[in-house]
Amino acid sequence: MKSRFINFAVKEFRHIFRDKRTLLIIFGMPILQLLIFGYVISNEIKDAKIGIYNPSGDYLSMELTTKLTSSGYFIPEMILNSQQEIEPALRSGKVRMVVAYQPDFAQKFFKEGISSVQLITDASDPNTATLLVNYATAIVNDFAVQKGISGQSTTPFDIRVRMLYNQDMKSVFMFVPGTMALILMLITAMMTSISIAREKELGTMEILLVSPLRPTQIILGKVLPYVGLAFTNSLVILLMGYTVFGLPMRGSLGLLIGVCFIFILLALSLGILISTAVKTQQIAMFISMVGLLLPTILLSGFIFPIENMPKILQWLSVIMPPRWFISAIKTIMLKGEGILFVWKEMLIMFSMSILFIVISIKKFKVRLE
Amino acid sequence: MLQKEFIQVFRNKTMLPIIFVVPIVQLLVLVNAATFEMKNVNIAIVDNDHSAISREIISHIEGSPFYTIIPTEQSVDNAINLIHQNKADAALIIPNKFESNLRNNQKPSVQLLINSINGSVAGLTNAYTSSILLKTIQGDLSKSVHAENFKIPQINVVPRYWYNQEINYSHFMVPGILAILVTIIGMFLTAINLVREKEMGTIEQINVTPIRKHHFIIGKLVPFWVIGLVELAFGLFIGRLIFNIPIEGSLFLLFGFAAVYLVFALSVGLFLSSSASSQQQVMFMAFFFMIVFVLMSGIFTPAESMPQWAQYFNLINPLYYFMKVIRMVLLKGANFKEILPYFLSITFLAVGMFSLAIGKFKKTV
Repeated sequence: MKSRFINFAVKEFRHIFRDKRTLLIIFGMPILQLLIFGYVISNEIKDAKIGIYNPSGDYLSMELTTKLTSSGYFIPEMILNSQQEIEPALRSGKVRMVVAYQPDFAQKFFKEGISSVQLITDASDPNTATLLVNYATAIVNDFAVQKGISGQSTTPFDIRVRMLYNQDMKSVFMFVPGTMALILMLITAMMTSISIAREKELGTMEILLVSPLRPTQIILGKVLPYVGLAFTNSLVILLMGYTVFGLPMRGSLGLLIGVCFIFILLALSLGILISTAVKTQQIAMFISMVGLLLPTILLSGFIFPIENMPKILQWLSVIMPPRWFISAIKTIMLKGEGILFVWKEMLIMFSMSILFIVISIKKFKVRLE
Repeated sequence: MLQKEFIQVFRNKTMLPIIFVVPIVQLLVLVNAATFEMKNVNIAIVDNDHSAISREIISHIEGSPFYTIIPTEQSVDNAINLIHQNKADAALIIPNKFESNLRNNQKPSVQLLINSINGSVAGLTNAYTSSILLKTIQGDLSKSVHAENFKIPQINVVPRYWYNQEINYSHFMVPGILAILVTIIGMFLTAINLVREKEMGTIEQINVTPIRKHHFIIGKLVPFWVIGLVELAFGLFIGRLIFNIPIEGSLFLLFGFAAVYLVFALSVGLFLSSSASSQQQVMFMAFFFMIVFVLMSGIFTPAESMPQWAQYFNLINPLYYFMKVIRMVLLKGANFKEILPYFLSITFLAVGMFSLAIGKFKKTV
């Protein structure tokens, strides 16, 4: 009986490994994703193209312009000569922001004590627009303090900023845990649900069911290879985060692996649950996409901070398994905390998997009759 | 043949929910979730000075909608602990004798600790907090240090947010999501539908019929092309209804561009389906391409801030063009002349991909 089970599992393994293309994607995808997240997607704005409209033309406004453009955030792309040129410049997308000085900028500043500068941004991309305004405002304020308080060339006090856990504010610190969650979900939950649904759709499931293998063994044999794949993959992601992106491993590796295993178990039980409920691969795919991938990307705090979402979505995120996984991974890896800080997450994930398994066993039996 | 395909698509009970439920779910969830807008930064403040100026700083922070102040036991250790436990995102520590040192020009320093696992949030928190501190102290100095009739000159910064005055994030996200939606319909559904035919063996039956290769391809693709455009219209309608997104430019222009774009997406679907043998495989490949195209397209972060090589890649990324055009037309009211370069690029890509896909597709299995 046992050897028969092993044979079955080995057969399933071969099945997956024969499909070189899928395999390549399974291992290539997380690597590519990490590279994109690490090098391409950053919320940092640099070299934003700006236009300068300066009817004043005095030394103070020129100096401020130099200060803005030497900050690294802005590149002076266009010099505008009239107010009419502002609109087409922004609309065509050639510049993201126009800095418009008022006439007699320096004179107003020194004589009247106040002068003003307009930052006209293209808020069709509000994220970028607000960031640009924030950067520019900080630079202008700093400049005003420097020029305004005579005798004092610097601000009268210091702000010592300490960035905890992620000194260089690399966005990849956010993305490694998220990518792990996404890949584990994708491989374990989605692949298992599709591959079991495939057997059902093609009618081969019935053949398996009349074989001497017990249903549990069939399911186990089907999912075991995916567990192996998922686990190898999470190790690859961790290793890459560590070596290429300098992600720290501050907590215990054992605990981290334990958390990964619980999450894989959870994803598997979800995959099995989906497959017991559906008849065709297309439905399995559809449910996996809408029910698993979207929430994994959106509601787990992977890219977008949960705290900023509307209350309803925050509540919804509580029942999203990846949320707990990502939170636990961050706590262990980046903060270096022990089990005292993650037991809650682990317990929640574990109870979720038990729940899913119980439901699918119930469903499975009904289907056999 | 064409008629039969249409009927089949609509008979399929899974297709209809995909076509009409997905956009609604995506729009509702994505638009609300996908925001970098900052609110609710939990800040712990340790005030060791208890001076007029430190109280003023605290009241300014309290008055900003950006922060929620977390009570502390007034010790640095406690504040750091709160960050460890995720109860606070940042901690501001005002040292003893801050005010008197400030008066004596001794350059005192305040400490700002920020949880920077999310780098962008940390950066913004830093910028906001620093500017509040600077303003408060600057204002205070001009009141007390100098004689009363002397005013410290200031530069008044006036931000103007064009095309989206209320800084409404949904106006930014809805067009982006519509672009993804159209891609999913075009790429995924075509690919899966074709491979299903292969997997079930029905493609062989078609092969023995007198139907010609290009008839088969047209018959398979046209329904999805139409569905893609209908989907775009449906999504726009929902976006208009729920999020009140502006439609500044000409819809005719947008749909014209989408029509060409869909040819590209459909060709990718056709191409993938010719090189895959099972639905699982094709889904995986389609997903892979989607992820790369979507992330690079500038849906969340501006493409111009990406490294040079990524910008070169985007030259062949159709989603990048579509993302740009749909936002330009809807939000900024761009005219044909302004989107012409993108239009030419996408036409070029679509034609190229279509011929590639036709070449790859073989009638025989």
